[in-house]
Amino acid sequence: MKLTLNKFHVKDIQFAEKSSFEGGVLYIDKAELAEYLLKDSNISSVDFDIARPGESTRIIPIKDVIQPRYKKSGTGQIFPGFVGDVETVGNGETNVLEDCCVATSGKIVAFQEGIIDMSGPGAEFNSFSKMNILVPLIQPIEGLDKHTHEATVRIAGLKTAAYMAKQTLELEPEETQSFEHETILEMGVKYPDLPKVIYVDMVQCQGLMHDTYVYGLNVKGILSTLISPLEVFDGAIVSGNCAAPGHKNATIHHENNPIILDLLKHHGKDICFVGVLLSNESAMLKEKMRAAYYTSNLSRIIGVDGIIASEEGGGNPETDLMLNCKFHEQKGIKTVLVTDEYCGRDGASQGLADVTPEADAVVTNGNGNQFVVLPKMDKIIGDIEAARVITGGNANSIGDDGTLSVEIAAIMGSCCEMGYEHMTTRLR
Amino acid sequence: MKRIVHYINQFYGQIGGEEAADLKPLKKEGPVGPGAALNAALSGEAEIVSTVICGDNYFADNGDEALETILAMIEEEKPDMFIAGPGFNAGRYGLACGTICDAVKTKLSIPVLTALYPENPGAEMFKKTVYIIEAPMTAAGMKDVIPKMASLAKKLLSGEEIGFPEEEGYIPQGFRVNFHTVQNGAERGVDMLIKKLKGEPFTTELPMPVFDRVDPAPALKDLKHARIALITSGGIVPQGNPDHIESANASRYGIYDISDLSYLPADKFTSVHGGYDPVYAMDDPDRVVPLDAMREIEHEGVIGELYDHYYATVGNTTAVSNAKKYAEEIAQDMIKNNVQAAILTSN
Repeated sequence: MKLTLNKFHVKDIQFAEKSSFEGGVLYIDKAELAEYLLKDSNISSVDFDIARPGESTRIIPIKDVIQPRYKKSGTGQIFPGFVGDVETVGNGETNVLEDCCVATSGKIVAFQEGIIDMSGPGAEFNSFSKMNILVPLIQPIEGLDKHTHEATVRIAGLKTAAYMAKQTLELEPEETQSFEHETILEMGVKYPDLPKVIYVDMVQCQGLMHDTYVYGLNVKGILSTLISPLEVFDGAIVSGNCAAPGHKNATIHHENNPIILDLLKHHGKDICFVGVLLSNESAMLKEKMRAAYYTSNLSRIIGVDGIIASEEGGGNPETDLMLNCKFHEQKGIKTVLVTDEYCGRDGASQGLADVTPEADAVVTNGNGNQFVVLPKMDKIIGDIEAARVITGGNANSIGDDGTLSVEIAAIMGSCCEMGYEHMTTRLR
Repeated sequence: MKRIVHYINQFYGQIGGEEAADLKPLKKEGPVGPGAALNAALSGEAEIVSTVICGDNYFADNGDEALETILAMIEEEKPDMFIAGPGFNAGRYGLACGTICDAVKTKLSIPVLTALYPENPGAEMFKKTVYIIEAPMTAAGMKDVIPKMASLAKKLLSGEEIGFPEEEGYIPQGFRVNFHTVQNGAERGVDMLIKKLKGEPFTTELPMPVFDRVDPAPALKDLKHARIALITSGGIVPQGNPDHIESANASRYGIYDISDLSYLPADKFTSVHGGYDPVYAMDDPDRVVPLDAMREIEHEGVIGELYDHYYATVGNTTAVSNAKKYAEEIAQDMIKNNVQAAILTSN
């Protein structure tokens, strides 16, 4: 299978009479986009705002971050099950807006929504602050229940991202990147001597707004399954997750899964990257065990030598992570884990909720309890009051001088457990 | 020039060995023994203005009194910094070095430094509060330790940022701090996997912490006369969150009166937990704090009585240090109120 990403670098986003992409500027016709989103009768109103790198702007509360993509050719369409139909994706050409994302905001859905600062010390904690961001501010109709509200905002974000990337459909990309991935049987013949590696992508599926969607299906309760890395690049995995913002895997993380990208770089050279196994993170111990047993069983059936597993969220998902490690290592499959930590503001506590002695190779993406005081921003997109209730914030988070005191768990993607950012912890 | 007071024991103070271990504290001008090499290594940026010498046994046997005398001797010199040792693996000497450093830091608010073997009890007790250069077991390693002490001393005196243990040579103090890297986390993970597959050495970024395991208390013999309490980390609090319990990494807990209630009404109680979907908990808070079910078994006589308050906090990205602190307070409060057992609910 072959997928080519046609990349368009966005230097700015501006509102205009007509939507288009010209000279690196994405022009958005607000009225047209609003009309498209308002087809969902659960939205009472929608407005848009723009945040640019370096501006004194803070966006809060953010539910999801999405990279605009739209398929130019190949089977299916981006975000299958939501924007596209459920046909398999991961081939042909997909247009991508680089240095650009959608951050969905508006009325808060749940406590687990995050912050992006476009400048200052808060901007050091994620890549989004370096992007041009279109923010749909989505107001639900009165009395809409939380679960439908979550779905409404999730789908509106995906539609906005697709709409934006669609503006490049007839244009020549500045840059292309192609990925090829053989069938498993072909790989076995082609790379007989390379170690076979699987990526175990632990997807949080606990119900109660901690859900992940694959081809539009809430994968809560599914038996572990296999997916091609190229399908993931076409938005086959979508976040419906309201876990702590610092370590929820947002849709943009799935679309640009950094572990998949790096494994593909090594594929055919020093490893044979077989594919991606989706392993459920349930809230129940028996289901955690079933997922880890079955994921390690699939690894054994395929015949892999090593896995790298990433987590989503923290606390009870550490049990899923450790069980995946334990069961793979017990089958002789070498395992590396990717996580983050909550070791207290001073970093002196133990940072994981569960451990296993087999976990001897672990990457950490930072301590989410680090306390930061973020300066006042000239412009707030959304509602600053949300800072008092979101994860990482508290009743006293908003200072009289406009400063914001939070733990970095409140900053969108700060400790991303797919290793999207450039942070770790060191012992001192 | 910055002024340093140096502390050594009777042996390094060139007064005597074990037979002189009862020596009372005394002070000499300028550097003595290892102080000379340390002074030279400070290369004119600071100098040892005086040296306090004390017998190992005297310090061990005369605790607070010895410490008071020594602190007074140090304070007189109006030093900018205090250095003790190196104490290598000498137990009594190491404890003295750690104890005096810690006390000077607290009382005089000046930087302090010592050097000990990591398994010296003085290192184990004071590494969290005092910079302790990692020293070998014996004085044979003096030459390697002195330059490291001098280098860190200069940085502490100038207020320069202190690097990580492997750069500065001190024993890790046990704090995990965020650090920006060149490679992203995914690249570091894939590199680690390739090394592990090849059987090459690799370094985990997160050595598995050792958990405190708590043995459960023995089962109650007489449930029918027991007073039972409810504790939740599920964030159920009275409407308005009177104690301002945080939605994540909670630093506090609340104690709430339920004496007149047979269940938790949704208009009076709510969830402030930031880690789960609160819709069903807000709809009926008994789903998290099962007051209704407890009243039933109380009425049936299965338990003696339900304690008339419940304890609540939020368990969401919560550091163990916080949880431990308020768990101890809650336990004390339950003992005070004759509670024999508790049911803990999460969310």
